[in-house]
Amino acid sequence: NITDSDPDGRLTVTDKDVKLQEIALAKNEGKELTKEEKQRLRKEKKQHKKNKKDDKGPPEKEKEKEKASVPAPSKPATQSPAHKAAPAPVHASESAAAAEKPAKSKAELRAERRARQDSERTSKHGKKEGGQQSASSKPKATPNELQPVVKRLPEHVQVDDPAALKKLAKKLERQQVPLRSDYGYKVSLFSHLHQYSRKSPPTLQISIPATVIHPSIVRLGLQYSQGIIAGSNARSVALLHTFKQVIQDYSTPPNEELSRDLVNKLSPYISFLSQCRPLSASMGNAIKYIKKEISNIPSQCKEEEAKGKLQACIDSYINEKIILASEAISKYAIEKISDGDVILVYGCSSLVNHILCKAFEKQRKFRVIVVDSRPRLEGREALRRLVKKGIRCTYVLISALSYILPEVSKVFLGAHALLANGYVMSRVGTSQIALVAKAYNVPVLVCCETYKFCERVQTDSFVSNELDDPDDLIVTRNGKSHLENWQTVKSLGLLNLVYDVTPPDFVDLVITDLGMIPCTSVPVVLRVKNVDQ
Amino acid sequence: MEFNVLVEYFRAQIRGDPDVASAVAAIRSLLEFLRRDQSETILGLRENMTQAIRRLEETDSSVAVSSGGELFLRFISLTSLEHPDLSQCKNVMIERGELFLKKISLSRGKVGKLCHTFIKDGAKILTHSSSRVVLKVLENAAADNKRFTVYVTESQPDSAGKRMAQKLRKLNIPVMVVLDAAVGYIMEKVDLVIVGAEGVVESGGVINKIGTYQMAVCSKAHNKPFYVVAESFKFVRLYPLNQQDVPDRFKYTADILKTVKDLNQEHPMIDYTPPSLITLLFTDLGVLTPSAVSDELIKLYL
Repeated sequence: NITDSDPDGRLTVTDKDVKLQEIALAKNEGKELTKEEKQRLRKEKKQHKKNKKDDKGPPEKEKEKEKASVPAPSKPATQSPAHKAAPAPVHASESAAAAEKPAKSKAELRAERRARQDSERTSKHGKKEGGQQSASSKPKATPNELQPVVKRLPEHVQVDDPAALKKLAKKLERQQVPLRSDYGYKVSLFSHLHQYSRKSPPTLQISIPATVIHPSIVRLGLQYSQGIIAGSNARSVALLHTFKQVIQDYSTPPNEELSRDLVNKLSPYISFLSQCRPLSASMGNAIKYIKKEISNIPSQCKEEEAKGKLQACIDSYINEKIILASEAISKYAIEKISDGDVILVYGCSSLVNHILCKAFEKQRKFRVIVVDSRPRLEGREALRRLVKKGIRCTYVLISALSYILPEVSKVFLGAHALLANGYVMSRVGTSQIALVAKAYNVPVLVCCETYKFCERVQTDSFVSNELDDPDDLIVTRNGKSHLENWQTVKSLGLLNLVYDVTPPDFVDLVITDLGMIPCTSVPVVLRVKNVDQ
Repeated sequence: MEFNVLVEYFRAQIRGDPDVASAVAAIRSLLEFLRRDQSETILGLRENMTQAIRRLEETDSSVAVSSGGELFLRFISLTSLEHPDLSQCKNVMIERGELFLKKISLSRGKVGKLCHTFIKDGAKILTHSSSRVVLKVLENAAADNKRFTVYVTESQPDSAGKRMAQKLRKLNIPVMVVLDAAVGYIMEKVDLVIVGAEGVVESGGVINKIGTYQMAVCSKAHNKPFYVVAESFKFVRLYPLNQQDVPDRFKYTADILKTVKDLNQEHPMIDYTPPSLITLLFTDLGVLTPSAVSDELIKLYL
């Protein structure tokens, strides 16, 4: 191990040197970690990972793949081959689905030995992980067997678990991303979720200039946390454009490979963005796609060429999955709009607005009822766009829903994500609209691009959601702000939910770029998509 | 081959064998059309085939002819038509067409074999109008020495139910004809309801003779199982949201579509039963729940 000398030079006790130290420390604050610090952190990570491996079976989530790939750097001189061996069997067990039978290499034997040692160590410590113990004691012996997949809860739904919080804090500290603290009293049903305040953005603690986090990512995070960019498609497109900028400014450090280093560079950015606002399903899919594209770059590809290729990939993703998809969806949806229709829409969905504008251009005679709700009042934006086109609109608040539904012939809803069990995750209030529409026998059509389909399964709106700033609920009328001092009342909690899930029995039809499918066929589409990839 | 010759051939098929499904007759005619076709290019051939299907739809406006024709076209063109010689390509297409025809001629038998086990000894069955597939199912069940009684609705305006009752009497199955309005009255007596289908739509619902939807609603209210028997060539790429959403070209017979000006005065011949009211669908692809129909359709069409 190469140990660098102390970056501040030899230590002496004089004031001057202490001052110099402080200045140097201040200078180093924003800088990236030195080589030695990086090695130290890497060793910590490896230890951390070893302990984690005994806690649970083979990690199968993206995050774990990241962590596994991070300790596999391309610094051959300083790293012993043991480091490389550790991630290699992890990768093998992760890709166990491929179910190939690799010959037992020396690295795998070493890994088996280490796994055995680890399991003995943890049994000595008496860690209670239940069945996973037996799973971990013989995992590496057959790395090609399909191991029981243990899903780990994502961090953002474990806010009331101190262990998970500590892990998150450590991870963010390692990545040099500021940790955003929760704000205000949380309603007990939702105490497992984060609740942030818009008045304390995560960028307060970032030093200037922030060299660990790219400035356009900082800007994007701020735009997310302040609500300047809102809406599933808008957030994904902004994210992809920012990544294009990041790739443009990226330069491969010496002795590193672009395919591996760039992915590692993206992890702190993604952590930062999820601190600003939890990632949406569409953003998650986009990130998965980018990471796959980056890691598929061949190593002999020149940097400029690789960067150009990646930017072209991102452009084609935006074009195919978002822009062309909305054209295809409009084509199908227009078939379902007949003359004399009264269409109900909720909130502001870019896709539904696009469909209605296209249908109006095609000379369909219909009128629209826009339903809106506090505190976001997004319906006003939709109203603005539709009226500008010349479409006849009516505007009501969601409390008047059962009053106007007898007039309505169809309901068009947008979606934030479509879950694998057919549930529709969308803006809070959507399931209410679907429920009342069902009671009045009005057909409910959900419009959703296929890139928003996600493998998650959820049956209620509690387990995974987003809590918005509770201060948004404070309303000022006639100069008086009720609820202004809600924090002083100990038993009062303000709940500002962002999403809810609608069961598939309330949805009659889902219009995607692949065609019109019933809500129960979402897993079929996911299966077909996975086969394509 | 001229289009009116095609139509004549089709009509002759139906007259010659009244037991054959109209879609099968249509596909036989299309195959003959393909054999006699004189076009020079594959694109021209496809154009002619699509036109032929459209002409057949005009003759017999049932959903099955439309879906059968489209599936036939997809099936024959799904192979690689890379041969430089057009006649070779045509031979490949004709071969595949005959294969398709053979497959679907057997489908009714397959459905019958699947479904008759669901009829228990002593069962009372309610069915609607005249369906050849349901007849086949009941035939198989009777051949299996099961004892059951059948109630058939009269099914106005063409009294097709009475024809069904006659055919069942020939098979020595005890049958009773009831009025369409008596479905609610008779529902508490029956054990299960079996109907055929003219078309199975993407949502898993079915399009069938008018009166089926009523029967489905009644059986749901009485918690009786509602079974639909249909061959797989009846799967069609429609997605109606409600009764109004079914296209006009299926709702009325071909002659009415051609002659009558104001369709609002005419009475539709079919209605749409949503998937929530259907318990199971028996097809030659297997026993499916309504949600699985979409899966099968994606496999068939994509």
